Amino acid sequence: MNSAIHVSDLVKTYPGRPPVEAVRGVTLDVQVGECFGLLGPNGAGKTTTLEIIEGLLAPTSGEVTVLGRSWATHEPELRERMGISLQETRLSDKLTVRETVTLFRSFYQKGLEPDVALGLVSLNEKARSFVDKLSGGQKQRLAVACALVGEPELLFLDEPTTGLDPQSRRQLWDVIRDFKARGRTVLLTTHYMDEAERLADRVAVIDQGKVIALGTPHDLILQVGGEHVIDFTVDAPASLVDESLQALPTVKTVKRGSDGALSLSVAEPAQVLPALLILLQKLSVKLLGLTTRTATLEDVFVTLTGRHLRDTD
Amino acid sequence: MNRHPLYQLTLARFREFYREPAAVFWVYGFPLLLAVALGVAFRDRPVDKITVDIVADAAGGMAAAEELATKLRANEQLKVNLNPDATAKMRLRTAKTGLVIRPVAGDSVVSAKWEYQLDPNRPECVLARNAVDNLLLRSEAPQLPKPQDITTDEPGGRYIDFLLPGLMGTNLMGGGLFGVGFVIVDLRVRKLLKRFLATPMKKHHFLLSLLISRLVFVMVEIGVLLVFANLAFDVTVHGSWFALLALVFVSGLSFGGLGLLIACRAKTIETVSGLMNAVMLPMYVVSGVFFPSDKFPDIVQPLIQLLPLTACIDGLRAIINDGASFADVSRSFLVLLAWGVGSFAIAMRLFRWR
Repeated sequence: MNSAIHVSDLVKTYPGRPPVEAVRGVTLDVQVGECFGLLGPNGAGKTTTLEIIEGLLAPTSGEVTVLGRSWATHEPELRERMGISLQETRLSDKLTVRETVTLFRSFYQKGLEPDVALGLVSLNEKARSFVDKLSGGQKQRLAVACALVGEPELLFLDEPTTGLDPQSRRQLWDVIRDFKARGRTVLLTTHYMDEAERLADRVAVIDQGKVIALGTPHDLILQVGGEHVIDFTVDAPASLVDESLQALPTVKTVKRGSDGALSLSVAEPAQVLPALLILLQKLSVKLLGLTTRTATLEDVFVTLTGRHLRDTD
Repeated sequence: MNRHPLYQLTLARFREFYREPAAVFWVYGFPLLLAVALGVAFRDRPVDKITVDIVADAAGGMAAAEELATKLRANEQLKVNLNPDATAKMRLRTAKTGLVIRPVAGDSVVSAKWEYQLDPNRPECVLARNAVDNLLLRSEAPQLPKPQDITTDEPGGRYIDFLLPGLMGTNLMGGGLFGVGFVIVDLRVRKLLKRFLATPMKKHHFLLSLLISRLVFVMVEIGVLLVFANLAFDVTVHGSWFALLALVFVSGLSFGGLGLLIACRAKTIETVSGLMNAVMLPMYVVSGVFFPSDKFPDIVQPLIQLLPLTACIDGLRAIINDGASFADVSRSFLVLLAWGVGSFAIAMRLFRWR
């Protein structure tokens, strides 16, 4: 497969005292036809990385190739071939939805009819509405329509669903899946692990300007331990030692939270649960609550950094 | 539908403007209101009365004061008050009266029987003193022949004729600075500039669209003011229409360029507002909007004459009132052109899209 985006040893340092190292050596390859997610907490360097790839920021050092071209030599061509939705762009309130898309269409040599682009994001019935009359989700879909109207091969989305309600998020996910289904490439940033899991073929987990894990969501979850997690609370967590929990069948890791909360990464919950209950009974420890769930990218992040994704929100 | 980006960008500028009623009012309505208010204030009013105070309790005595008052009241152009010394002085200081006449003691033939107190820097004081002195002199010598006054009120010399080019100039300046500067900073704050940069949009299309929309708005603004002034105050353009058009055009460019320069780095609306006021306020004061700029000391005149607003207003006045041709206002034209080209060139070097 061809590489749509190639990034190596990307560094971005903002001058200052002390200098801010926003990106500290990121290396990535995004294949054509792939949906690639940059996942990480706010301030991790996702947007800076994305904007360097988009050619909107100059890197301090490192190499960026998009569609086999470099920004320095092929900017006009690359602009024609990609669509971008930035974080927090406020489109003109006093233009209608159709006027906005028509304006963006005029910048591209070829592309979709404005109404076709609106159809892709299901905004046809709002075509004549002013932008300030749209809901947050509709505005975000309009922003994506503006990115799609040039019929890009490559779509960049920066936190496309931040702040949206669940229904609007699902609508946008459908738009992105449709785009990908036509063999196009998507690079998106998000701090929602579920978004990354559902949309992205591969994910780079970014923290403090570095890629700390890279792979398919499934692989990443497997790498850090079991696919399942058993969360439980007991009245006397101190009397349960890690070693005895570790010895339970298929347990990979043991993590302790506050208030007696424990969590086990396991491969086979059905084997662990009876053994765990027997162990608790033997030690006369009272079980206060227990849930089991499938492991998520959040668990990956917590395991790798000891922090939660949303801690820094 | 025309798909050219320049057309679409310009269209967007127009739409964003006329769909904002407040903006339309401040650009078109406000200068009209100002012209009406000032025009009415200075139009068709009876000739100003000259107010003078005679001191009733001066050394010359009450009788002398009464006698002076009777003589002066014979002329209906004068409004004569009898007041105690302290009150009269106070009224002079607070500009309630133009002149204080104080009867003095002594009845010698050689010394004057009264004295004048006035502020020689205030035109109305000098006017009152001369009018009073003249009247009293004529009352002493009634046999002198008096020439007849033939009054005139032709368009061209009235205050509204002076004011209108000033208002047109401020409108051109305000429109250019706000219309370009504010729009750019607003787009930058909303990250739309950056969003445009992320498309294949040509930068010169964007800047041209600002300029084109600006020039169209300017022509409309000036047209509206001129038509209104003609209907309401009989103001006509005595000089060359070509020169007027050329001067308005180059003023639009010049102030648009200044707006671009002011906005080229500003990141917030507050910054750009402050910068604009810093640029506009001094010019409002010194460039001859409400009173002639030659009131300022000679030493700063070369500077004042180089300001774009001075050039613009002087040129407009020369064309509208004095019947100037393009050649007559070529200096104004060149000053404005230099400002426009200069500020554009610098702005293009400094401009930040983010």
